[in-house]
Amino acid sequence: MLHIVNKSATERNSLESCLRMATKGSAVLLIEDAVYAATKGSEAAAKIQAAMADLQIYALGPDMEARGMAGRVLDGVKLVDYGGFVDLVTEHSTCQSWL
Amino acid sequence: MSDMMDDMEGGEGVVKKFMFVNRKAPHGTIYALEGLEVVLISAAFDQDVSMVFTDDGVYELIKGVNTKGIEVKDFSKTYRALEGYDIEKLYVEKASMDARGLSEGDLIVDVTVLDSAEMASLMAEQDVVISF
Repeated sequence: MLHIVNKSATERNSLESCLRMATKGSAVLLIEDAVYAATKGSEAAAKIQAAMADLQIYALGPDMEARGMAGRVLDGVKLVDYGGFVDLVTEHSTCQSWL
Repeated sequence: MSDMMDDMEGGEGVVKKFMFVNRKAPHGTIYALEGLEVVLISAAFDQDVSMVFTDDGVYELIKGVNTKGIEVKDFSKTYRALEGYDIEKLYVEKASMDARGLSEGDLIVDVTVLDSAEMASLMAEQDVVISF
């Protein structure tokens, strides 16, 4: 299953809910303001790092770059472009967007 | 009374302290850009303007932005133009920067870093507070 999060973890609880519900082997894609969570020094960084034991975390590269965060991405987080976004959606049978 | 008439007719004399509070990350919502636009408009009224960045608002001032990939305007450079409009009071809350692993060197403009108590008293002394 692919989980998609688009809200900042320091403004909404959608990332927290997502990580609570995502089961082992699932993928989590961070887009828009959610990408801040996958940056070094962010409050959510520890949660993301802990989650990587069971989940593959992806972040949308163009959203990182637009926020000046491309140089701060946490190790282990895979950056994808829009094509990669589409691939993730097609590779997983179901998607849940944590709006 | 005559003072009041002067104020109304000439537009001189009444300078209020305006604070614009920015608490949202850029791009994800329109708040950051709209807040910046309003501050630029306010410059035309010769008021005592302060701009405050707290919570996710500190992300508005990050340098090294490239918005080509998401095809939206990069307005981060506009913060550097504020000085030209005599808007020079930019304040950032230290706790908000710390929580995001950021420091002054990561920001696109010179700011004054305040602790939360200093920010609170600055807010308390304003005539008008507008939030974005």
